[in-house]
Amino acid sequence: MTTPLLDVRGLSTQLDSDTGVVRAVDGVSLTIDPGQTLGLVGESGCGKSMTARSIVRLLPSGGRTVAGQVLFEGRDLLTLDAGAMRAMRGHHIGVIFQDPSTSLNPVHPIGNQIAEPLRLHLGLSARAARDRVVELLSRVGIPRPQQRISDYPHQLSGGMRQRVMIAIAVACEPRLLIADEPTTALDVTIQAQILELIAGLSSETGTAVLLITHDLGIAAGMCDRIDVMYAGRMVETGSLDDLFYRPRMPYTWGLLDALPQLGMDRHTRLATIEGGPPDLSAVMAGCRFADRCAWTRDLCRSTEPLLTARSDAGHLARCHGTDAGGWIG
Amino acid sequence: MAAYLLKRLALLVPVLRVVSLLVFASLDLTPGDPVTSVVGDVPIDQATRAQIREAYGFDRPLHDQYLGFLARALQGDLGYSYRNHQPVLDLVLRAIPSTVSLMIAAMIIGISVGMVVGTLAAIKRGTLTDTTLMSLATLGLSIPSFWLGMLLLLVFAVNLRLVPAIGRDDLASLILPAITLGVGSAAIIARFLRSSLLEVLGQDYITTARSKGVSPRRVITGHALRNAFIPVLTIIGLQVGTLLAGAIVVETIFTRRGVGSLLLSGINNRDFPVVQGTVLFATVSYVVVNLLVDVAYTLVDPRIRHGGRPS
Amino acid sequence: MRRLLHHPSATLGLIVLTFVVIVAIVGLFWTPYDPYAVAPRQKFLPPDAVHLMGTDQYGRDILSRIMYGGHLTLLTGFLSIAMALSIGITFGVVGGWVGGRTDLAIVATMDILLAFPAVLLALGIVAVLGGSVTNVIVAVGIATIPVFNRVARAAVLSVTARPYVRAAVAMGCSDRQIIVRHVLPNVAGPLVVLTAITIAGAILIGSALSFLGLGAPPPEPEWGVMLNDARAYMQLGWWLTVMPGVAIALTVLALNLLGDGLRDLLDPTSRATDAHA
Repeated sequence: MTTPLLDVRGLSTQLDSDTGVVRAVDGVSLTIDPGQTLGLVGESGCGKSMTARSIVRLLPSGGRTVAGQVLFEGRDLLTLDAGAMRAMRGHHIGVIFQDPSTSLNPVHPIGNQIAEPLRLHLGLSARAARDRVVELLSRVGIPRPQQRISDYPHQLSGGMRQRVMIAIAVACEPRLLIADEPTTALDVTIQAQILELIAGLSSETGTAVLLITHDLGIAAGMCDRIDVMYAGRMVETGSLDDLFYRPRMPYTWGLLDALPQLGMDRHTRLATIEGGPPDLSAVMAGCRFADRCAWTRDLCRSTEPLLTARSDAGHLARCHGTDAGGWIG
Repeated sequence: MAAYLLKRLALLVPVLRVVSLLVFASLDLTPGDPVTSVVGDVPIDQATRAQIREAYGFDRPLHDQYLGFLARALQGDLGYSYRNHQPVLDLVLRAIPSTVSLMIAAMIIGISVGMVVGTLAAIKRGTLTDTTLMSLATLGLSIPSFWLGMLLLLVFAVNLRLVPAIGRDDLASLILPAITLGVGSAAIIARFLRSSLLEVLGQDYITTARSKGVSPRRVITGHALRNAFIPVLTIIGLQVGTLLAGAIVVETIFTRRGVGSLLLSGINNRDFPVVQGTVLFATVSYVVVNLLVDVAYTLVDPRIRHGGRPS
Repeated sequence: MRRLLHHPSATLGLIVLTFVVIVAIVGLFWTPYDPYAVAPRQKFLPPDAVHLMGTDQYGRDILSRIMYGGHLTLLTGFLSIAMALSIGITFGVVGGWVGGRTDLAIVATMDILLAFPAVLLALGIVAVLGGSVTNVIVAVGIATIPVFNRVARAAVLSVTARPYVRAAVAMGCSDRQIIVRHVLPNVAGPLVVLTAITIAGAILIGSALSFLGLGAPPPEPEWGVMLNDARAYMQLGWWLTVMPGVAIALTVLALNLLGDGLRDLLDPTSRATDAHA
């Protein structure tokens, strides 16, 4: 077994809010091997973005990581000093954010924004950085890069802006690329192109990808492994096949049912999971999905199930009902 | 860009027309015989009175007087002071350098102090530093400039004799007036920049900058300040009007020559050509400065340069 | 109100303002000495137990003058803003509600008023009308109308665009009902903030005009006039310069603190109501 590139252990992150302290990420563990693509899937508000932001230590104000380790190539990022952490960001770990229209600085030309990490981390001269920026722009599929280099973000379309964001994130050929809902804010027609671009870059340079998405379908097309989060907890983790053909957690079933399928009648409404996620500032006993689950029993409400191994190696799920001696077939 | 500027300059014409009309109409609204303003309280006979009336055109209908005034004004003739009979244009032109240098000095103080204080307060949000700086800014807003000027004179000129109190036109005598005039602007700019910067620091592109490994200092200077400065620019443009009005007070306290003291003496002496001339200057400079602010916008905010409005 | 009292600076502002108002009211009926009484042998006396704030160039008791003059300064602030508030809101609501040419005419007039900085505008109006306390109030009032007009008009426009107001119109509610029930409650917060801040500004402008000799005439103990008097005697007694200024600054500071506190409570997202710009 290879040493994982990223090994997150028992990560817990809290947020201050008007209603109290929200336990946005609660004891989450995940691993990514070099070059691998991991999908982190869940509804909005389940803590997947907070997990990513905890890893790179870019939490919004009022957020703090209270427990856990984030081992990146064996070093715990959470214990690095601020300077060493900055040397990681943009160099060994690149980040792509959800909304490219707000994630690029409106007052700087895109060329400068892409060149910044190159000059900062690789010490490139202005001229060398410029050459590299042109190369990057053309690699991410922006036509006539020589001319676009001095464009401002508002002069580009949404898809083009996301390509620029990707160019920024991969400029220094990071070993890990974190893509936080990279296509959610984009047109459906452009989503596939952007995903293809990320996948292509990843396989070319051997960059591992942590893909965060609420769409199991997107994850299916991109990922080697998928982790499902619910209400701050990891609820199921396994290979693509495990998750799609042998899911062992009712919440994952719900996500699968919500996917549109080929040959489905246009008028059939997609299934949705009834109800909403629980209040994360309240203290909870039992399974966090219990209120929305059709198979809930008393045990689910009193004792939270553990993440336990299932049939295949590396397939874990958090459910009493599907565990050994459970009541769901 | 050039076309845009020309369009903005063309806007100056209707504004000046309204202003000149208002200033002119105010003449007619003013109680009392304008002849008295010319000769003062010297008793004169009816014949002389009629003569003066004719010489100054007071006998003609108001719109006629106004058109004549406009025609002459366009040729650079703003009339003659009722008091000392000098050309108003000369009086105003001679007063401009002193006032403009005072305003520039005050603006430099206002912007530099305001920027430093506002930035520092935003970075140290919620700390004692923030509270202290913002309390000082509120105090700066609340102190009347004429009182501040007198206090500065009292401390530095009367008691410590560090700077010349009044009179001379050198740099040293500019210090106290410029501080007096600049404190209010500094306070306003500091308050605006702080809230603007706090807003910008919560934006996604700041997180992007941090995700690139940019240091906190560079995040502020390289990524946040320029964005935060955009709304502050409007404030700076508006401040020019306030500074202009403040110049009247400051020039009075420090007995400086300038457009402000010229205007005040014009008002006190009912010397209307002088009032007209100085008010015209004030309006033109206000409009021109705000035009410059618009140009500055396009330099700072590329979205406007390309024809849009900032969102 | 209770929340206001939990806001430290607003509480401070409210306390100081109440104190100033009480002192000014008391000053109307009782002062330690006659504020106008000239006593040539007691001029330039420094502050002591007899004259808490000292005496001026005519031997008048400065504390008495500040107490009695307080109503002039406060009235300038309150009355001019009351005027600006009522006229500004009326025109703003009418313009925004009626729309069309009426609205255009009002907006154009306000734009012309806004083309001048408030202080210059007030100065110009006083220059035309002549200097007196009443004229200063009118001048400052006129100069501040656009501020209220704009807020009221914007509120009308945004409120009338909302579905529930359109529904109310469709159901046949009268204009008056809609304005009173839907429009005014929506602007109440920003207007309260604006009022506090513009009163502070009005006091500053008013006292500046008096200082320049365009407001209350000299024997009156208006605070700006007192400071103008003090200019000639600065080296003879610091208290002549310091005392009236402290009175003005304290009043304005109290109003600004109150305004800031109110803004935090009533209008947390808005920077637009900063009338100091």
